[in-house]
Amino acid sequence: MKQAELVIIGGGPAGLCAAVSAASSGAKVLILERNNALGGQLVKQTHMFFGSEKQYASTRGIDIPNILLNELDKYKENVEIMTDCTIVGMFEDGVITVIHKEDKYFKVKPEAVVVATGAFEKSLVFPNNDLPGIYGAGAVQTLMNVHGVKPGDRVLMVGAGNIGLIVSYQLMQAGVKVVGILDAAPQIGGYLVHASKVRRMGVPILTSHTVKEAIGTDCIEKAIVCEVDNKFQPIPGTEQEFDVDVLCISVGLTPLNELLAMRGCEMKFVPQLSGSVPVRNENYETTVENVFAAGDITGVEEASAAMVEGYLAGLCAAAKLGHKSDDFEEKKADYIKQLDSLRAGPVGEKILSGIEQILVK
Amino acid sequence: MDENTIICRCEDVTLKEVRDLIKQGYVTYDEIKRITRIGMGPCQGKTCGQLVMREIANATGQKMQDVKFQTNRPPVVGVKLGLIAEEGRRDEE
Repeated sequence: MKQAELVIIGGGPAGLCAAVSAASSGAKVLILERNNALGGQLVKQTHMFFGSEKQYASTRGIDIPNILLNELDKYKENVEIMTDCTIVGMFEDGVITVIHKEDKYFKVKPEAVVVATGAFEKSLVFPNNDLPGIYGAGAVQTLMNVHGVKPGDRVLMVGAGNIGLIVSYQLMQAGVKVVGILDAAPQIGGYLVHASKVRRMGVPILTSHTVKEAIGTDCIEKAIVCEVDNKFQPIPGTEQEFDVDVLCISVGLTPLNELLAMRGCEMKFVPQLSGSVPVRNENYETTVENVFAAGDITGVEEASAAMVEGYLAGLCAAAKLGHKSDDFEEKKADYIKQLDSLRAGPVGEKILSGIEQILVK
Repeated sequence: MDENTIICRCEDVTLKEVRDLIKQGYVTYDEIKRITRIGMGPCQGKTCGQLVMREIANATGQKMQDVKFQTNRPPVVGVKLGLIAEEGRRDEE
């Protein structure tokens, strides 16, 4: 059995920031990452980030992992990184089981853990939703931005949140025709600046619309869409057909919470946080002592919030293990302030009303 | 139409199967899982979890918050038994 002081599960934005903050406080950190490279979803975010400078605004997402890894390198005597490692289970006695690639299985028993596994794409229910050519937005971004592969030639995007809008724009940059963007909600969910950009390029955004059916034999050939009423029920007679070879589903993410649930953390389904999330205190510690959580797993938000949550959880986890830096209170107050400012505005209001339901003293 | 709507991609479970079972009184995720294998494939219920919960919520008039969530257990991914045995042997040494 491998011993470790602080294990961080997931090397995405939250996990890397938790590692920087814990290692700089003096904790010995072991990062376990499922993929072969660190960065999580940042590795496909070719666009520049919003927010303030502290969360790397105006920096492209793909460049952020290197910035964080350089930072982490300053404390390299405190950091061990293992990639290609998937967590198999988390157990009541604190043991974590891990599989490396497909051929090495081992156990780790850390004193504390930060779970930063992120989120999983939601899917959509409609007839023939298993036809080839129907992708999640994450897969489309991976194909295009990581592997340089065009997913198809004519795309209908489902979801006008930031991911749907940004991926639509990236598809157009890659020379792919985006025939339209749908959203079941009566208004566009993403930032207006992104929406305006795709509208200027001639892409219609159909709000209060959903996919009724996909049609095709070996792969998708057509998508039939229709308008929905204010209870999201289809309105008969409003059907429209789009000839497409790709239907891209971007209807949001849900916290990837199975590890916390199996560990025995108290979980609660909170619609404002997009799924089942852990009950936690302000230090991002769950109801199981020394099990911390950070990033999308505590409620789906932007990567900028995930990073700050990571810093805060890492700082508090290290302090709990006896590595309380002299500027602990100052840093903690700063992270809380950063989160408050990221959560100002209408989307933040929703997030805050969700956090209220899971925050305990 | 429900016959062609897939709820669980891993185990090929359709919306019709799920709705029929709910009508028969199987109103938790875990019961539906035991009968159909829903959520027992490679993704371990990550895709179908909320879809099934929503179907149960709609059919029983509950809020999503009140529908019992699926039980998560290890292993999250497939592991060869031989590898687990090897690790067990290392523990004994």
